[in-house]
Amino acid sequence: MLTVTSVLRLDGVDRSFGDRQALKNVSFDVVAGRMTGFVGGNGAGKTTTMRIILGVLAADAGRVTWRGAPLTPEVRRHFGYMPEERGLYPKMSVREQVVYLGRLHGMTAAAAERATEALLERVGLAERGGDLLETLSLGNQQRAQIAAALVHDPEVLVLDEPFSGLDPLAVDTVVGVLRERAAAGTPVLFSSHQLDVVERLCDDLVIIADGVIRAAGDREQLRKTYTSPRFELVVETDAGWLRDQPGVTLVDLDGARAVFDLAVGTDEQPVLHAALARGPVRAFRPVTPSLTEIFREVAQ
Amino acid sequence: MNTVQATRLVAAREIRVKLRDKTFLFSTLFFLLIAAAATILPPLLSGGPSTVAVTEQSAGPLRAAGLEVRTVPDDRAAEQAVRDDEVDAAVVSGPAVLAMDEAPDDVVAALSSQPQVRLLDPDALDPVAAFLVPFFFAFIFYVTSQVFGVQIAQSIIEEKQTRIVEILAAAVPVRALLAGKMVAGTLLALGQIVLVALVAVAGMAFGDGGGLLPLLGPAIGWFVPFFIVGFVLVAAMWAAAGALVNRLEDIGGVSTPVQLAVMLPFFAVIFLKDNATAMQVLSYVPFSAPTAMPLRLFNGDAAIWEPVAALVLLLLTAFAFLLAGARVYQGALLRTNGRTSIRTAWRSRESVS
Repeated sequence: MLTVTSVLRLDGVDRSFGDRQALKNVSFDVVAGRMTGFVGGNGAGKTTTMRIILGVLAADAGRVTWRGAPLTPEVRRHFGYMPEERGLYPKMSVREQVVYLGRLHGMTAAAAERATEALLERVGLAERGGDLLETLSLGNQQRAQIAAALVHDPEVLVLDEPFSGLDPLAVDTVVGVLRERAAAGTPVLFSSHQLDVVERLCDDLVIIADGVIRAAGDREQLRKTYTSPRFELVVETDAGWLRDQPGVTLVDLDGARAVFDLAVGTDEQPVLHAALARGPVRAFRPVTPSLTEIFREVAQ
Repeated sequence: MNTVQATRLVAAREIRVKLRDKTFLFSTLFFLLIAAAATILPPLLSGGPSTVAVTEQSAGPLRAAGLEVRTVPDDRAAEQAVRDDEVDAAVVSGPAVLAMDEAPDDVVAALSSQPQVRLLDPDALDPVAAFLVPFFFAFIFYVTSQVFGVQIAQSIIEEKQTRIVEILAAAVPVRALLAGKMVAGTLLALGQIVLVALVAVAGMAFGDGGGLLPLLGPAIGWFVPFFIVGFVLVAAMWAAAGALVNRLEDIGGVSTPVQLAVMLPFFAVIFLKDNATAMQVLSYVPFSAPTAMPLRLFNGDAAIWEPVAALVLLLLTAFAFLLAGARVYQGALLRTNGRTSIRTAWRSRESVS
């Protein structure tokens, strides 16, 4: 299963709504066994992209392939999908509708029932399985939604904002479940506007803004590419002199504490020497820029 | 898994949910009670032969006619018995017949000499049946297609409103969703009227209205296929209407044309049932054919080939409406922001999956 061809690939996908072009030449890969975070502002095109992958929206141009073959309804039936706008049948029991969705994805009744029991156990809903969905708390409805997306053991997982509306405990449960799936070789594409969650979770990152993919690839690689080396310096007195140091861009200055970026190709050692020449240095260390910074850098 | 299997799963869920719905169960029970009451009660209420008070010397012909005779000493006692409500009627010297507020036909008949009657057209209908049966057919089709049509629309809107439709559309072909709902609605509607029909037939046999059965047989036989195809026609419109809105509260805005398409033919058939030309036209117009054609068959007005022709016409129309309804449904289904116009839905490119 874990072959090099186990890739969900978008290639030059366009989509317009009336005069507005929502997606422009969108191309990226979602690789098996990796969690791919899909980030972008509101209206950037995340949901449209996911709907096109799932075939509930048509692309104007371009194509989506899984393991090199174009997507057909039969192929998509093995995908798991959690739409942004959540919903299950309010008047059906949790167990019954998860089984039903499993069967719609082609499972036998027995297999769907087995998978449902296991999943409800896994997401902590085993005891509420017989209750009507509408009687569950919002958090528990979200857990049911996750079970609904996973019941047929999908080959590819596409989750639109899977963490929105979840309490911290439920976030941990969902993160755990998704990691298991990824480790088992399933490509997982999830969108989120909570960058801290994405940072914690994703291996790969796709950044979209105004319908255009601004960056895509390995998270650490992107970090290196799109952010300059950043350091924190703590000295005894005012660190304002850093402003005049060649290659230094001050990010933050708070008396004796400063955070600064170094221009590409500039060595950090001369800065340290300069600091020592002015007095004692209490701290000098590299700072890993957060995803927010990459996002700001790329999405503007 | 193919479209047929998906359709079956969808239909099975719809039926399962419906059979658990208390409103549905109670309304079915209510219809059954009405059918039972309408067929069993009238013969029971009309009662047996009249009881009649009479002096012994005049009792002979009344006994011979099978009436329940109570002998009284004189005419005054006979009248008193009527006034006390102990008997339905009294015969006093004259002879005269006494009763409180309704002439006792059987008593009068027993005392009269009647000419022999020869029916030249023995199949001609009892006027009460001739009035009730058309109304009954039209009413069944009207009520059932409205009730179950609305339910198809509601089920579609529920899936849009809860947004589960996006998961469903990603899993199975959209046409399977629609087909499943149509199949479930048709089966439930048919099941309900078959139950009502069974109860009505049993009631007629039990309540001694059995004379009507042989006459109704062919009309009912034709009513079933007309009903099924006519229902599909109406249900296709309900499905399209349901797909255009996103909230149950908004269904009123799109359902008026559909309701009119069922209501106008209903009233046309009821009011024009004695106008042969109008009925001939109505029995071919697809919206009124399901009630008008069985009716003409019941009255013996239609030639043998006519129901076949009307049914073929109805089938073609239903098929066209089904295709159009499916296109609107597909085009509007995933537009979950506000109301969609038919034009937008029709032109939508989202016929993927």
